[in-house]
Amino acid sequence: MRIAVALFPGTNCEHDVEYALGLLGADVEIVWHREGDLSDFAGVVLPGGFAHGDYLRTGAIARFSPIMDEVARLAKEGRPVLGICNGFQILCEADLLPGALIANRDLDFICKPVHVRVETTDSVLTRRAEVGMVLRIPLNSYEGNFVADEATLDALEARGRVVLRYCDPDGNVTDEANPNGSARNIAAIAGGVHGNVVGIMPHPERAVEEILGSADGRVLLESFLEAAEEAP
Amino acid sequence: MTEPLHRRLGMTDDEYRRVVELLGREPEAAELAMYSVMWSEHCSYKSSRPWLGRLPTEAPWVVLGPGENAGVVDIGDGWLVALRIESHNHPSFVEPYQGAATGVGGILRDIFTVGARPVALWDALRFGPLDEPRNRYLFSGVVRGIAGYGNAVGVPTLGGEVEFHDRFSKNPLVNVMALGLLQRDRLVTRAAAGAGNVAILLGAATGRDGIGGASILASASFDEASAEKRPSVQIGDPFEEKKLIEACLELYDRGLVVAIQDLGAAGISCAASECAAAGGMGMVVELDAVHLREPDMTPAEVLMSESQERMLAIVAPEDVDEVLAVADKWEIDARRIGVVTTDRDLVVRHRGEEVARIPAASLSEDAPAYRRPRRRPADLDEIQDDGPVLPDAVDVGEALRLLLDDPALASKAWIYEQYDHMLYLGTVVGPGNDGSLLRVEGTRKGLAVSTDGDALRCFLDPRRGAARIVHEAALNVAVTGARPLAVVDNLNFGNPEKPEVMWQFVETLEGLAAACEELGVPVVGGNVSFYNETDGVDIYPTPVVGMLGLCDPMPELPPRLDRARPGMAIWLVGPERGDDFAGSAFARVVLDHRRGRPRDVDGDVGRRAVSHAARLAHLAPVLHDCSAGGVAVALAEICILSGVGADVVADDWRLLFDEAPHRFLVVADPDLDLEVDDLPTRRLGTVGGDRLVFGDLGSLDLAEAATRWRAAIPRRVGSAR
Repeated sequence: MRIAVALFPGTNCEHDVEYALGLLGADVEIVWHREGDLSDFAGVVLPGGFAHGDYLRTGAIARFSPIMDEVARLAKEGRPVLGICNGFQILCEADLLPGALIANRDLDFICKPVHVRVETTDSVLTRRAEVGMVLRIPLNSYEGNFVADEATLDALEARGRVVLRYCDPDGNVTDEANPNGSARNIAAIAGGVHGNVVGIMPHPERAVEEILGSADGRVLLESFLEAAEEAP
Repeated sequence: MTEPLHRRLGMTDDEYRRVVELLGREPEAAELAMYSVMWSEHCSYKSSRPWLGRLPTEAPWVVLGPGENAGVVDIGDGWLVALRIESHNHPSFVEPYQGAATGVGGILRDIFTVGARPVALWDALRFGPLDEPRNRYLFSGVVRGIAGYGNAVGVPTLGGEVEFHDRFSKNPLVNVMALGLLQRDRLVTRAAAGAGNVAILLGAATGRDGIGGASILASASFDEASAEKRPSVQIGDPFEEKKLIEACLELYDRGLVVAIQDLGAAGISCAASECAAAGGMGMVVELDAVHLREPDMTPAEVLMSESQERMLAIVAPEDVDEVLAVADKWEIDARRIGVVTTDRDLVVRHRGEEVARIPAASLSEDAPAYRRPRRRPADLDEIQDDGPVLPDAVDVGEALRLLLDDPALASKAWIYEQYDHMLYLGTVVGPGNDGSLLRVEGTRKGLAVSTDGDALRCFLDPRRGAARIVHEAALNVAVTGARPLAVVDNLNFGNPEKPEVMWQFVETLEGLAAACEELGVPVVGGNVSFYNETDGVDIYPTPVVGMLGLCDPMPELPPRLDRARPGMAIWLVGPERGDDFAGSAFARVVLDHRRGRPRDVDGDVGRRAVSHAARLAHLAPVLHDCSAGGVAVALAEICILSGVGADVVADDWRLLFDEAPHRFLVVADPDLDLEVDDLPTRRLGTVGGDRLVFGDLGSLDLAEAATRWRAAIPRRVGSAR
């Protein structure tokens, strides 16, 4: 089983994702954004960074990269698609996920570990986790503030597609625990026909070893790999 | 009457005559432009060069020393580390965001020019006090600029330091240090070889931005009209740089590059002449081939432009097509602009005409050097004799409250949380600790780095101040488990034409050199920034040291400040004096006193302290260097970050705030045998409770301490975070 990691010019987390998935036993290949065919891959990750410089709205250019047609095809076929940080932004721009990511509430870039609570296990990112589990995972973004209209948010909630919410260390979802102003403290959502497309703002690949401060991201990446294993 | 061209370009009449002598004729405009930039203080080190030989630069592990694009040291197992430090002071004062951003971009190019992938950055910053709005603007602009460029270019910023003094209000200091990793067989040279090889300009288009940056901005003092110099500040494009890094690393991977040089100060003039001169060759450059942003640029403007994100690669003719294909893949421009020749001349052609023909080496090798006069400042004796008068009794809790609220001592989270400091999954000990620790993938090695400066002490006694920062930096890397391996230094000074400034400079070099010799650490690179003077006022003499240390193997769980737990014992290792208050945080913050003469270092004691710290890092969960604020502040930091109080035996307040060098705290299981027999060691107390208790001398609630320490910077810059 092979996992593709999409590489756009300006992407910078591709090696970290490759390393973290490799640590969990996956066979990972970094694929250049102009190289088209993802047929042989069981799943794809869009890693963090600044695809095409992000001088326009984040992800606004990346959505037109040739590889995005393939990402959409995998999404449609039900194979797991994971967008981390800038990857989440690109998936929103590409209409593979609802909503958008705008500048953080305090208009500062934020790089620090945050706590998130698992809201559902019915997603390719959390199937091996437990509802209510609190994970400590680094956030690293300027445009990390998730927004959507009320109807979209209600629909996400109703369908159980809010995957993670920012919380305090004890799991309480409060405004103080919301680092960037995201609507309803949302840190990760699922979408796609089969709920197999996931966008997450914090970086699970930065939390896979205790020596780096946390291994809480493992359960998320393991879930993703398990879903890829079983994908059609 | 208009001034002659050479003066408008910042050259003296003597320097102009020197050019005429070298060429045997009057220079053309484009030639004069090249000499003016290459012979500027910034590029030629003409005031500092005669003295820099004092620094020790050799050790068996040094691969490239000073004068190269970056220092390179061998850390074993086939790995090399490239390191460099640079200032971007003047541009950051004129335009803080872009000044700081392009400082980051420039130093990264120095690192990947030698073949290394840049993996980490540090920033040493100095501003005026934050209660002035303009200083807040400069401070937050610089931090945003570093974040904006560093985060987007994909190189993590692992730490740094910051100080605030009046003397930096009109001349902030922005020093950036970068580190890169490479395999030993991948070292790339800048020496152009092989007549007929092709010079390819890679990266951004050349525009009018930054023209004269080196000569006009970096090599002259400032006054009220300096805002007009804004057009001399370059604009950074981190996306272009990111693509350039990846493209160059791919070119190296494929073995397609004979030599390469980045374009920084003095642009094409500098890169072409240095490549040619380093290889003992010449070069013909066709300016018409340069990709211009504006078509009507003059030859001098094209040659002097400091447009960012450009590299000059020397390539064998048969490899040119493959090089162009790699550039095309990464979506960067690549133009054949020159050919390597054997005649040692740099020849420049523009629209069919020869606009310059000069000996390539003359731009660097024949640059003037000045042994400028030196004089000890007349008022220094009086300043040194006027040391702080210490009160008999001090409420330690109250003094600590004041110190924790000082922005230089307080939490720097507001700064470093704006920087990506985790990319590449190497950050084992991150910002907010004494030194950062970076693991080297696939090995058991760890690279520790600390940047240190102490502007006030260096003003009070440049020699002692400089020696102290070297020892402090060494101890900062040692508490992560590392042995000091190499130093880069950034020497920020005022106007070298003032004898007092030159005296400070030479004294500083003596202090740095002696301390590096004591610790056995070579200086592998550096930067001199003179003319940090505005309206006739010079900055404090401010050397900044970037210390690289190596742990091999790295401790399994390297010490961090947040690992103290209730019941652990607290020890102080190192000599206590109780009288080292000149230039201390206590004198400055509590007594509002900034005079006196700091104590000197003790080389033997310093060496022992470093050695014990590096050993104990494998045994203790917390080690912390005692520096600004002394034992009390060091302990408060540990307690705040660990979320637990401490009970300390104390009968003399002076021992809590004294800043004698070569001391560190150990927090560990009470049964731990420190095995320190050649340094004073004292059990200070025990971790526990929710207060910082100093016997009968006072105490402070931990939650209050934490709030003050965390809020000191955000509340001053008006941030909600």
